[in-house]
Amino acid sequence: MSLKIDQDHSRFRAIVRGKIRQNLRKYVSQGELLGRKGKDVVSIPIPQIDIPRFSYGDRQRGGTGQGDGDPGDPVGGDSDGDDEGAGPKAGSAPGEHLLEVDVTLDELAAILGEELELPDILDKGKSKIISAKDRYTSIRRVGPESLRNFKRTYREALKRQISTGTYVPGNPVVVPIPSDKRYRSWKTEAEPVANAVILYMMDVSGSMGDEQKEIVRIESFWIDAWLQKQYKGLDSRYIIHDAVAREVDRETFFHTRESGGTMISSAYKLCSQLIDDHYPPDEWNIYPFHFSDGDNWSMDDTLLCVELLKTKILPRVNMFAYGQVESPYGSGQFIKDLREHFSRDGRVVTSEIRDKDAIITSIKEFLGKGN
Amino acid sequence: MSEFALKTSLPAYLRDEQTRIEKLAAEAGLDFFPTVFEILTYDQMNEIAAYGGFPNRYAHWRFGMEYERLAKSYEYGLSKIYELVINNNPAYAYLLEGNSLVDQKLVMAHVYAHVDFFKNNFSFRQTDLDTGGRTVDPVKRPNAYDPNRRWIDKMANHGSRLRRVAARHGVNKLEEFVDHCLSIENLIDLHAAFSGRRPKRLEEDDEQKVTEIPRLRAKDYMESFINPAEYLELQRKKIEAERDKATKFPEHPERDVLLFLLEHAPLERWEHDALEVVREEAYYFAPQWQTKIMNEGWATYWHSRLMTERILDASEIIDYADHAAGVLATSGGTLNPYKLGVELFRYIEERWDRGQFGKEWEDCDDLDAKRNWNLRLGLGRKKIFEVRALYNDVTFIDEFLTPDFVHQHKLFAFAWSNRNERYEIESRQFRAVKEKLLFQLTNGGNPVIYVEDANFDNRGELLLRHDHQGTDLRQDYAKEVMRSLLRIWKRPISLTTVVEGKAVMLRYEGKEHTTRHLRT
Repeated sequence: MSLKIDQDHSRFRAIVRGKIRQNLRKYVSQGELLGRKGKDVVSIPIPQIDIPRFSYGDRQRGGTGQGDGDPGDPVGGDSDGDDEGAGPKAGSAPGEHLLEVDVTLDELAAILGEELELPDILDKGKSKIISAKDRYTSIRRVGPESLRNFKRTYREALKRQISTGTYVPGNPVVVPIPSDKRYRSWKTEAEPVANAVILYMMDVSGSMGDEQKEIVRIESFWIDAWLQKQYKGLDSRYIIHDAVAREVDRETFFHTRESGGTMISSAYKLCSQLIDDHYPPDEWNIYPFHFSDGDNWSMDDTLLCVELLKTKILPRVNMFAYGQVESPYGSGQFIKDLREHFSRDGRVVTSEIRDKDAIITSIKEFLGKGN
Repeated sequence: MSEFALKTSLPAYLRDEQTRIEKLAAEAGLDFFPTVFEILTYDQMNEIAAYGGFPNRYAHWRFGMEYERLAKSYEYGLSKIYELVINNNPAYAYLLEGNSLVDQKLVMAHVYAHVDFFKNNFSFRQTDLDTGGRTVDPVKRPNAYDPNRRWIDKMANHGSRLRRVAARHGVNKLEEFVDHCLSIENLIDLHAAFSGRRPKRLEEDDEQKVTEIPRLRAKDYMESFINPAEYLELQRKKIEAERDKATKFPEHPERDVLLFLLEHAPLERWEHDALEVVREEAYYFAPQWQTKIMNEGWATYWHSRLMTERILDASEIIDYADHAAGVLATSGGTLNPYKLGVELFRYIEERWDRGQFGKEWEDCDDLDAKRNWNLRLGLGRKKIFEVRALYNDVTFIDEFLTPDFVHQHKLFAFAWSNRNERYEIESRQFRAVKEKLLFQLTNGGNPVIYVEDANFDNRGELLLRHDHQGTDLRQDYAKEVMRSLLRIWKRPISLTTVVEGKAVMLRYEGKEHTTRHLRT
């Protein structure tokens, strides 16, 4: 049943959307949303959507209450006074009443896309048909009464009456007969669904600190959100490496810390292996993302990486993204090497991420090409 | 409304209960408007509640926000609305589909007491549409009192009026302006309906009177002695000052800021429409927050009385008690208006039953005698009916809250402690508690703001004055409101108030907010 309030509600949602967009940079750089992610929705704290009025500052005001306790005791909880008239209008943080709104990941990704002007990803023709859907988009002359289309039925009746001359404009009575009846009916539509996989690789050598991992975590959240919107079936795989690489689950990915050296080629090998085993490139859109501080073990290894990229990875993926996170030990050489070897290859995207504030620009660099 | 009503009328078994409860309520002495019950699903209920009870109001996003809040707290099981009753003649009340029969009966009894309150409490006289919102005598009324309170229609008219505006000028433009209007919707004069005075219109008198300075008659050569130049100058100033006073506008500070703006701000016609709608609705809702404690107290008093004495059968009593306990619970030290109200009514009834009032009672110092004071007058019932007609929350608390009551019900005053960064119990002293409570209730908890001068600095600027009562205005909001005022008045806005003990003038000219300290 449709409610009249829906109109006002969608106006409100539009305002909320605007607010989120306004504050997007803050949300991104502070990683506030990570802990707020549910299955399909993110609950976002919005600063004050309210109609300002002349009103009293909260702190000076105080109020009255009821119950036990001596002067000097704290008043029960930090309960927000709801609009119960005489109830104390207290709050733990007066003036900063946050409103929590649920936004679907899809919508959030759309907002991100609007704000960063991200282009939609072009279909690479790698879609395979996985579902056929029935949609009620067509009209038939027979059907159950519950699906009768009133407008069409009356239009048919009107047509018939006009053509037979029984329609009197002065007395516009339209009476449908059975053959006028029209019914809503379905059409089966094949829906092509494209699959994509993100292969996250991260350097967990000693030089990658918690701060750096936090940046990777935030960034991967947004990459996930965006690609999720672009592809219906999205898979994620996680690879960590120091001198050797291994595949782990998401939890381990963000919380492991090793102390060894760095051999980036190990990760690329494993990545290529994963593609071989699980993701035939003609069915999958493949997105490897690699984050590191760029301190590779040796030039030889770097050259091996370049080789691997050229021969094994690049021919099979949509794009290859490398993000270099600045660590306390400065940032390494690897990004320069990549840029040198792949300056003319649009499939390789590199980005330097100095600090959390740089996340948003880096997201734009990664996703701004529509690969 | 009609189409709506058809789909939502009560099923037969509830209609029977309604007839029975209506009869019992009338027998108990309640005097109510005819009351129409409808039954709603929870999303319809949330919708109507979000609209403040009126399904056909104008479109505005804040109703959508309220709906989201209500819908969410229902879905998460935090709260649900049991009942909604509208001050209208006939009154409309909404029941929630799927509630137990005990709950529905309780709600009906509760509703009849609310409607009795709407009809009889003087504050609600100002919602009578046939007296044009002007009710000089709050008590006197015709014997067969059947006022025009068709607010359902009126709100629907407001809705279509603003829809027309939206169609002509655009939704966004209207919404933006309505936001500004709503920012000042609390700047009304709660007692306007009873004050009997209308701010006089300034007479259009543009012709500048030539100021003739009176002189004494004198021969030419005596002129400079009898009418010395300094004296004439002094006289001229005096006359001018007098004239300035007469042209001070408004002559008296005006508390109904909305009315003042309606009459004098340079508004386009549609803007005038929108502001008028906001103002009328603000006045409609005002009595409800002026009598929240009394109204809920009264309804609770009667539902518990009717339910336990007349309506319930033995098998239902546990369910009822469980529910009633929930309604009256105080949690986390918050004051529950239902509880405070009903306890005060019961307290008054007991006092008047036992004759605990009047000079003799006041003068008695013997605590023991007071405790056992019982003249068996049995005036309690009569008294509470009188109280429900003639008081509002402020006078109710002012007159009937006693040290005894405060002690018995463990009321306290709390305040923010800067040292501990939390709210703390400040005092259990009667005086402190009462003061805080009255302050919360006075002017509905809103600051008192006057229009002081509409031609401030002789530049057509608007000067407002905040009547500071010890609590500062919230600064960020005040600034936003001044922005809205500027949009409506279209000239710079100034506001005198006190911030942290210093008199200041806040000013907004359209670009930035300035604060100037005033010498006092």
